[in-house]
Amino acid sequence: MSTIRVIKNGRVVDPKNSRDEMADVYLKNGKIAKSLSIGELAKAEIIDAKGQVVCPGFIDVHVHLREPGQTHKETIESGSWAAAAGGFTSIVCMPNTSPAADTAGTIQYIMDTVQRAAIVHVYPTGCITKGRTGENLTSMGSLKRAGVVAITDDGDCVQNNEIMRRAMEYANMFDLPIMDHCQDTSLTEDAVMNEGEWSIRLGLKGWPAAAEDIIVARNVLLSEMTGAHVHMQHVSSAGSVDILRWAKQRKVNVTAEATPHHLALTDSCIKDYNTNFKMNPPLRTEQDRKTLIEGLKDGTIDILATDHAPHTNYEKDREFDYAPFGIIGLETCFAVSHEILCQEAGIALNDVISWITYKPAELVNIPGGTLSPGEVADITILEPESTWQVTEETIFSKSLNSPWLGKKLTGQIKQTIVSGKTVFKDGKILN
Amino acid sequence: MEWTRKDLIGIESLSRDELETIFQVASGFKRILDRSVKKVPALRGRTIVNLFLEPSTRTRLAFEMAATRLSADVISMNADASSFVKGETLKDTARNIRALNADIIVLRHSAPGAAFYLSKIIDIPVINAGDGSHEHPTQALLDGFTLLEHLKSLDGKKITILGDILFSRVARSNIFSLTKMGAEVTVAGPTTLVPSSFASMGVNVIHDLKTALTDADAVMLLRIQHERQSSTHFPSLSEYTSVFGLDKRRAEWLKPDAIIMHPGPINRGVEIDSDLADSERSVILEQVTNGIATRMAVLYLCTGGSISALETSKE
Repeated sequence: MSTIRVIKNGRVVDPKNSRDEMADVYLKNGKIAKSLSIGELAKAEIIDAKGQVVCPGFIDVHVHLREPGQTHKETIESGSWAAAAGGFTSIVCMPNTSPAADTAGTIQYIMDTVQRAAIVHVYPTGCITKGRTGENLTSMGSLKRAGVVAITDDGDCVQNNEIMRRAMEYANMFDLPIMDHCQDTSLTEDAVMNEGEWSIRLGLKGWPAAAEDIIVARNVLLSEMTGAHVHMQHVSSAGSVDILRWAKQRKVNVTAEATPHHLALTDSCIKDYNTNFKMNPPLRTEQDRKTLIEGLKDGTIDILATDHAPHTNYEKDREFDYAPFGIIGLETCFAVSHEILCQEAGIALNDVISWITYKPAELVNIPGGTLSPGEVADITILEPESTWQVTEETIFSKSLNSPWLGKKLTGQIKQTIVSGKTVFKDGKILN
Repeated sequence: MEWTRKDLIGIESLSRDELETIFQVASGFKRILDRSVKKVPALRGRTIVNLFLEPSTRTRLAFEMAATRLSADVISMNADASSFVKGETLKDTARNIRALNADIIVLRHSAPGAAFYLSKIIDIPVINAGDGSHEHPTQALLDGFTLLEHLKSLDGKKITILGDILFSRVARSNIFSLTKMGAEVTVAGPTTLVPSSFASMGVNVIHDLKTALTDADAVMLLRIQHERQSSTHFPSLSEYTSVFGLDKRRAEWLKPDAIIMHPGPINRGVEIDSDLADSERSVILEQVTNGIATRMAVLYLCTGGSISALETSKE
């Protein structure tokens, strides 16, 4: 099917190509076109983006889609709707499903379901170790052939240094990045929040930042030794940022992500035991929060990622100790990042967009992230200054576990285009 | 002042005035407990459910006794006998109790914040009888009441809380209560059980026993809670006793008329020398008795009992 569309009158922000200008964007047969013939222009569908920003579709390398096995929380379909509503055109899903995505068969099941049900591009990851138990390496070669873009035991962290070393060496052979959830579990037994003033006051079991820092340091040292690309997931502490800064000065092959919630919130939010502030890693202190923002600014932290982690109301609505870790984040990612990074920290919109477009795309070697001619026509149209309220109607995830539910945010996604086709527009999924 | 709260979740949110109101009402009830007929009809016809999802002897008995003295009907429920073992959530259990027409729930629970959570779900009064390591407000009230009986006022008094502070809800509630009442509070014990972050709650953090006890007007010992600690917090009970155990010799560091308190149950020979626990400086059993009067006050106030009505009924 030949489809020709022109997005007119918008402010085109394409950080990879250092573009920030008023321009038209041409879409032809699902790809970005450099120009159109007069004949093509005449029959093109016009999208008016006056007063809006036109940028590459967002990319999130850290999403939990819960399928297979936990489809009461989320499905590949519903998660892809949430992504589209948040301006994301490509997402990378985590393998902590049930069963864990540790074989090519499970990856194939995910790929088939994506093909059938997803409205955005979905790329799977496979486990580092079988069953995510930290003991035996998975068949990474088969996983790679089945389509994974990275390997990770996300949610669990490989505790044994020897196994992690061999995983890095082995994954490196297939050019698969290793994404690690950095947590020394011997320091976090029964812990449910950051260790500090607030854990003391609330009587909740604390989780020291050192539990993360130790593993970040371990991964840096092993990456330097093996040459493997190690990506630190959801970095939350100032100590991790310091260690990563040191690593990058030494040109170690490591990258890192930060989540909007760790940039926006602190452990003081837990004062009323609201379980929508319970996540792993936990919210840290104001000092940590500020250091994460500095880390993004100076390139120590490479990208933003949501760690979208759906849980139903009945799972979250209980005693803080017993509620599961995690919050959803796809729908609110841009607005929260815009408020914290652009409005509060004074960072340019182009930089923030780069952290959710071409930089994550390059990190896991997937298409998209730019508006370069010939590139897939994945495009997000947004209004940075528009205010909207987060309600059940604006959340397309199956779960509502967001600390921003009911809150007003500034920065609104108006339209999401995947391979040239609009999948989300003005608050509605077009399916 | 009049009391306006439905629940007693913690000391942290109470004002000094509110604390003094409870003490005032408690002292009225204490006089009743000294009479031959130890009962008032204040809560006649009301049903109190003691929902104890964690083991307790003293607190549950004291609440039962307090409720009985107020002529309420009392039902006590323990975790091992409840639907909890069948996997029912706290929310569902509480709504069922509400549907059975209970008038007040007294909750003991191992999760911090559980009582606050419950108070948001149901519309009847919720009294926190201990939520994990967070708060144990009625213990702090009976401790404050006992201290006031001995020291008259707590303004400027030096009070040391000694032992396992990290895991102690009694310590947290007492820190809130005693600092609100004007006392200078010191928490003491091994560094692993008394982290420096406690300073953010407005107390002195001291790891040297002599410094912590010198010139104190009262020392409050806490039980070493084997069940809440991983083994890494101190090497052995005997090591703890040798460094932080209170015995007669060390008690000399206190002010001459200082009192020794303990919320119980005591580990004789661990945190306190057996003789000292039974000595005249020890007010441990007075605390237990005062636990009835203060809990009567809390039950009475949270069910809408007025202070003026109480004054009249006494006459």
